[in-house]
Amino acid sequence: MIRTYRLLACAIFAAWPSFSALAADVAGMVKTSKGEVSIERDGQKLLAVVGTPVLVADRIRTGSGGAVGITLRDNTLLSAGPNSLIVIDKFAFDNKTQAGNMSVGIRKGTLSVATGKIAKRTPESVDFHTPTSVLGVRGTEFVIEVAGNDE
Amino acid sequence: MNKFQPAFLLGLLLAGCANERVILLPSTDGRPSGVVVRDAQREIVLDKPYAASRRWLSTVAYDASVSDVEERFGDALASRPEWPSTYILYFESGGDQLTAESRQALQKVREEIARRAACEAMVIGHTDTVGASSENDRLSKVRAEAIREELVAAGVAADKIEAIGRGEGDLLVPTADEVDEPQNRRVEISLR
Repeated sequence: MIRTYRLLACAIFAAWPSFSALAADVAGMVKTSKGEVSIERDGQKLLAVVGTPVLVADRIRTGSGGAVGITLRDNTLLSAGPNSLIVIDKFAFDNKTQAGNMSVGIRKGTLSVATGKIAKRTPESVDFHTPTSVLGVRGTEFVIEVAGNDE
Repeated sequence: MNKFQPAFLLGLLLAGCANERVILLPSTDGRPSGVVVRDAQREIVLDKPYAASRRWLSTVAYDASVSDVEERFGDALASRPEWPSTYILYFESGGDQLTAESRQALQKVREEIARRAACEAMVIGHTDTVGASSENDRLSKVRAEAIREELVAAGVAADKIEAIGRGEGDLLVPTADEVDEPQNRRVEISLR
């Protein structure tokens, strides 16, 4: 019985790097962080300090005095003010071909956006969305607010 | 009619009373800009600076003001990351030696790396059209790697640099084959 558990543990351990490699779909990195800022990933809450990678499916949350700035790999600049919840629903970008797509949601709070290389090359493959609306983007700088939404 | 109003209002509240707005800002580089805001009922095109849409029950267009933006979005805008930047460094013919001018320019790159928070870099090497295309693929990669080492020495984490070579396939100055063009012997560095 113990041996079975050990085998199982070994199997899980051996498989772990490939799991994390799959999960490590890096979309960008935290470049500015002020006050209470966290990233929710796989049911865990991580502190989002400067230099923290941002992955696809991450939920970025700021507290009442918090603010955060993130640069995505295609040079898109995102920044959120206090009491915000931003979700990176999709992000893919190939640096060699410059091809990619992205979908970013704002559930509540404030978000400022400066679009990057994907929006420049294929604007139709970029969208931002709120609880009720979808934004099609031709470029380049805009702000979004969602107030009175309880996520 | 009055009898129905409370229920009607309650229904609207239950349907969610998210209050949303989108404001187009002037673009920093002056490029044409625009956003299309679409909900279940309609579509609003924002195509001028400070053109805006506001949604509460339904979406309407309005003109936002600079102070409106500052008041609502000041914190978000103040946290915006530094703009990415691009440098081009040039090489002597046939190898990975930078020109004297570009060696000086590299100093600027170092200074910017020291200033940037959690700096990441993309390095793309290129060649002119002198020599076989396969040899130029190799040389462009060698140039990119040489610059990668400079950036690591300047403080960028090695795993935060992507270095690739494009050979003679992406000329800055279009030329025929076998043309010694100094501006094509280059590496593009993008910092973010």
